[in-house]
Amino acid sequence: MVEFLQFTLSGLSFGMIYAAIALSLVLIWRGTRLLNFAQGGMAMFTTYIALEVIRHTGSYWAGFVVALAAGVVLGAAAELAVVRPALGKPELNAVIITIGLLILLEGLAGIFYGGQYRSFPAAFSVIGLRVGSTPLGVSRFDVFVALAVLAATLLLAAGFRYTSAGLRMRAAAFNATVARLSGIRVARVITVGWALAGLLGALAGVLVTPSTFLYPNSMDSIFVFGFTAAVIGGLDSALGAVVGGLLLGVVLSYAGGYLGSQGSDLTALVALGILVVVLMLRPDGIFSGARVRRV
Amino acid sequence: MTTRSTPRVLGAALVAAVLIAILSIKLNSFRDYQIAEIAIEVTAVAGLTILTGLSGQISLGNGAFMAIGAYVTALLLLHLNWPFYLVLVLAAAITAAAGAVVGVAAARLRGPYLAGATLLLGVALPSVAYAYTGFFGGDQGLDVTFTTPAFLGANFPLTRWEAWVCSAFALVTLVLLANLGRSRVGRSWRAVRDDEVAAALAGVNVAAARVLAFVVSAACAGLAGGLLAIVTGLVAPGAFTITLSIALLTAAVIGGLGTLPGAVWGSLVIVLVPTYATDVATSHGLSSSVASNIPLAAYGAVLILVMLLFPQGIQGAVRWLLGLFGISSARDWRPSDVSPVQPREKEGTQ
Repeated sequence: MVEFLQFTLSGLSFGMIYAAIALSLVLIWRGTRLLNFAQGGMAMFTTYIALEVIRHTGSYWAGFVVALAAGVVLGAAAELAVVRPALGKPELNAVIITIGLLILLEGLAGIFYGGQYRSFPAAFSVIGLRVGSTPLGVSRFDVFVALAVLAATLLLAAGFRYTSAGLRMRAAAFNATVARLSGIRVARVITVGWALAGLLGALAGVLVTPSTFLYPNSMDSIFVFGFTAAVIGGLDSALGAVVGGLLLGVVLSYAGGYLGSQGSDLTALVALGILVVVLMLRPDGIFSGARVRRV
Repeated sequence: MTTRSTPRVLGAALVAAVLIAILSIKLNSFRDYQIAEIAIEVTAVAGLTILTGLSGQISLGNGAFMAIGAYVTALLLLHLNWPFYLVLVLAAAITAAAGAVVGVAAARLRGPYLAGATLLLGVALPSVAYAYTGFFGGDQGLDVTFTTPAFLGANFPLTRWEAWVCSAFALVTLVLLANLGRSRVGRSWRAVRDDEVAAALAGVNVAAARVLAFVVSAACAGLAGGLLAIVTGLVAPGAFTITLSIALLTAAVIGGLGTLPGAVWGSLVIVLVPTYATDVATSHGLSSSVASNIPLAAYGAVLILVMLLFPQGIQGAVRWLLGLFGISSARDWRPSDVSPVQPREKEGTQ
C-alpha cells in the first residue's frame, strides 16, 4: 500500500512534466495545426542557457527566469523565422522544418557545450520526504515541480478565459478567417501562442533535467512521452493534455516500479499499450469533440 | 500507360545498375560502403514515400519495421544457415506481416494521432531487445557474418559485393514499386488519399487500401533492415532509434513526397550531407566536439532551407529545371498532377 502511494506520487510528479510538454504542443496545434517536433530541442537549449547563467551568477533563480525568457524568445523566433514562411505549402513541409530546427539546435548545443552529460541543480532538496518513518517517494523538489506546472497551467487557463488577449487567441484558434474579419491580428496571436509554448517547454526543461542529465539529446524521450500525452488527451484539449500527462506518468511509474528492471526497459512499450487502447476507443483522444466529417 | 512505362522503368533501372557497377569498381571501399548505405536508405524511403505520399498515411515508425527486418535476418542467419537472399526475402515477408498488424490498428487514425502512435512504435519496439537480452543480445546486439561468394575469387572486396547486393535489391524494389504505383492498387491509394468518401463511393475498399499500403511499406523497410544487418555486421537496438525513423520521413519529404526519384534524392541528401560536412569540418582542423556537431547543425539547416526554397522537394526542383528546357518528365504521383481536388480533411497527411 505504501509502495503504491510512492509510485503514484512520483508518477504524478513526472506526469506533470509530460503535461507541460503536452500543453505546449496543444497550444501550437490549436493555433497553427502543426506538431512542433523542435519543442523538446528548444527546451534542451534553454536549459543549457539556464546552466550557463547559474554558473556565472551563482543564482538558481536567475537561471530559472532566464530560461523561461529564452523559451519565449525562441518560441516566437522559431515561428516568425522558419514556420510562418512554410504555411500554405504542403502540410508536411512545416513538420520537416521543425525536425530540421530540432537537429540544428542539437548540433548547435553540441558545438557550444560539447556532448558530455552535465548535471543540473534542483531548486529544492531532492531527498525524499517522509511521514513519520514512511518515505513518500517524492522530494521537496518533486512537489515544487508539480506546483510549478500546476501554477503555469492555471495561469494560462485563466488568461485564456478571462482576458481579452485570451479571447482573441481562442477566437483565432476556433476560426482564423472569422477572427481576422473581426479585426484580430491572427498572425500576431499565433506568434504569442508559440512564445507561450516556448515558455512551457523551457519550464519543463529546467524541471525535468535535475532527474535526468543535460546533453544535446536529453529531451528526446521526454518529448516523445509529452507528445504521447497530448495525443492521448486529444490535441485540441488543454485539459486533455494535463490528464494525458498525469495518466501516462502514473502508469509508467507503476510499470517501472512493479515490473522490475524489465519494466523500466519496457516503459515505451507500456506507453504504446496505453496509447493503442485509448485510440482504439477514441481515435481523436479522450477529450476530443464529436468528429465532424464533411462529405 | 502501363505498356509504355514499364520498359522505361526497366531501362532506367538497367542504366542505374551499370552506373553503380562502374562506380563501385572505380571508387574506394569507403565509397562502396556509402553506395550500400544509400541503397539501403533508398529501399526504406521508397516504401515510406508510397505509404505517406500515395496513401496519405504518415509514419514516424518505419525504423521499427527496419528493426524487425534486421533482427529476423540476424536470427535466421545465426540459427539456420540459409542463403542470404532467401533470408532477406523472408525478412521482408515477416516484416510485411507485422506491417499488416500495424496497418489494421492504424486504419482509424488520422494525421497527428497516427504520427504519435507510429512514433511511439518506433521508440518502443527496439526496447524489446533490451528487455529480452538472452534472445536478442541486449545492448551488444547480435553479430551477423556475411562474406563474398566463392565465384568472385578470394580478393574481391567485401564492401563492393555489399554495394552490389544492396543496389540490386534497391533497384528491384524501385521497379516493383513503380509498377505498383501505376497499377490499379496505386490508383486506389491516390483516390483514398485525395478523398476517402469519394473513393469509397467509387467502389474502393478504403480500409483494405490503407492496410495494404502499410504492408508494402513495411516489406520495404524490413528488406532495408535486413540489408543493414548484413552490411554493418551487427544488429543492436542502438541503430534503430527515433532518429532513424525521423530520418526516413525527412528523406521522403526532402526528395519530393510520393515520387520514387525523390526517394533517391532524399537518400543521397541524408547520407552524403553529414559525411561531406564532417570532411570539411575535420579538414579545417576544428576541435572534435565542434567537428562532430557541425554536420548535425548543417544537416538541420539544409532541411529547413530545402523545405523553404523547394516546397515540392528536390524532385520538384528537378522537374522545374527540366521544364525550363522544355522536357516534361514522366508523369508521377504528386497530388496536383493527379487531381485538382484537395484533401478534404484538414489534417489529411500531417
